Amino acid sequence: MPRLTKAGRTRTLLPWRGETMVLMAVGLLPAALYFWYGAHDRLGPDPVNVFERWLGLWAVRFLLAALLVTPLRVVSGISLLRYRRMLGLLAFWYALMHVSVYVALDQQGNLAVLWRDITHRPFLMLGFAAFVLLVPLALTSNDWSIRKLGRRWGRLHQLVYGVAVLVAVHFLLAFKTYNATSVSYAAALTGMVLWRVIFLVRARIRRAGS
Amino acid sequence: AEALHTRPGPFQAAEKTTALQDVTHYNNFYEFGLDKTDPSTRSGQFRPRPWTLSVEGLVAHPRVWDIDALIAAMPLEERLYRMRCVEAWSMVIPWDGFPLASLLALAEPLGSARYVAFESVVRPAEMPGQTGGLDSLAWPYVEGLRLDEAMHPLTLLAVGLYGETLPNQNGAPVRLVVPWKYGFKGIKSITRIRLVEKMPPTTWNQMNPAEYGFFANVNPDVDHPRWSQASERVIGAGGFFGGGRKKTLMFNGYGAQVAGLYGTMNLSRFY
Repeated sequence: MPRLTKAGRTRTLLPWRGETMVLMAVGLLPAALYFWYGAHDRLGPDPVNVFERWLGLWAVRFLLAALLVTPLRVVSGISLLRYRRMLGLLAFWYALMHVSVYVALDQQGNLAVLWRDITHRPFLMLGFAAFVLLVPLALTSNDWSIRKLGRRWGRLHQLVYGVAVLVAVHFLLAFKTYNATSVSYAAALTGMVLWRVIFLVRARIRRAGS
Repeated sequence: AEALHTRPGPFQAAEKTTALQDVTHYNNFYEFGLDKTDPSTRSGQFRPRPWTLSVEGLVAHPRVWDIDALIAAMPLEERLYRMRCVEAWSMVIPWDGFPLASLLALAEPLGSARYVAFESVVRPAEMPGQTGGLDSLAWPYVEGLRLDEAMHPLTLLAVGLYGETLPNQNGAPVRLVVPWKYGFKGIKSITRIRLVEKMPPTTWNQMNPAEYGFFANVNPDVDHPRWSQASERVIGAGGFFGGGRKKTLMFNGYGAQVAGLYGTMNLSRFY
């Protein structure tokens, strides 16, 4: 495994302070754009479904991007660590919007249907569980929580690998057949989890050997 | 598309008709691809003529029909039908066609015939969704009906919509329309109709029997494993706030005509 020669260095994409705020706003553009289209009947004949899937897809993309930060650093030495929190939070915001559109626009707040969905349908139970697990991660994605929780913060945030597995299966089930899109995203998410497991196991073996 | 000689038929739905643009650009037709827009954008190579449709199996008079001879032989009717997709969306479509029963009557099913098996076309060179790949179904697409369902006056062989011949993406040149069943029963681009004794295999049922039954009657009380079928999104209702969701009706609202076909049959078990 390559040595972490540049691990300590943080690189910035933009020169000014508050760049993560700017990047966060950019990250929210796909949602804003589609919301504007949908509100003006420009998302085609089935707009709620299109919007719901679009938000879910971007939640997956940002989750994957957040999970890629560490492997990228280890493999190439490029550290995007300072953007990881932002990527994780974007994944959460998209997941929140995805769930909100499902509840409010798609099912129009029909509690009977919603209750049945999350108690009877594995497809929706997995997706909902993934969202629920993201909540504590989002709530503790700040400097204060990191200081306050100390080592426990790291353990808590291992939950993201559980989220990745749940999301991978939920995403596969969202289509009537297996297809290039669903399989490649699910494989990428699973790959990140496997990478983490292998990384931890090797670290343990190294420690035991020294 | 060419104009068809058609006249208004019975069973006209009272709901607002879905716009032609939506009927022809929001389609499930896996032979052309997985996305709703694939059929309209990727069906340009498909040649629906010349075309033959064979009626065979347990019939007294098997025959291979030329599609235009068939259209000339059958008086065409416009039928404004509700269409409910298993994915919980719906349209209202003005089909042009003739009852399947009229064609079957010419063939004279034998007493031993109990089911009708339908087979679609296989042309990978013209249908990019048939070139294999992960998302591919087993081709040809096959469907089936019980003989009494096939003989029901609501069951239509459509050769057009909105008064013109069927666009490729809607199943040119001839497709099945069974308005009290989920849309996937409406097999497109049919080449073969076979009268048989045993229940024939059907494509989606073979793919995933837990989600797609042989009967596939629209039923708000029998959920799809992944979503409720109690209501449906109305296609083309207009934007997020067009209020485009409505209750799904038993047999898609055709219960008065077809409930008798099923008697005391357990519709949760035979979904």
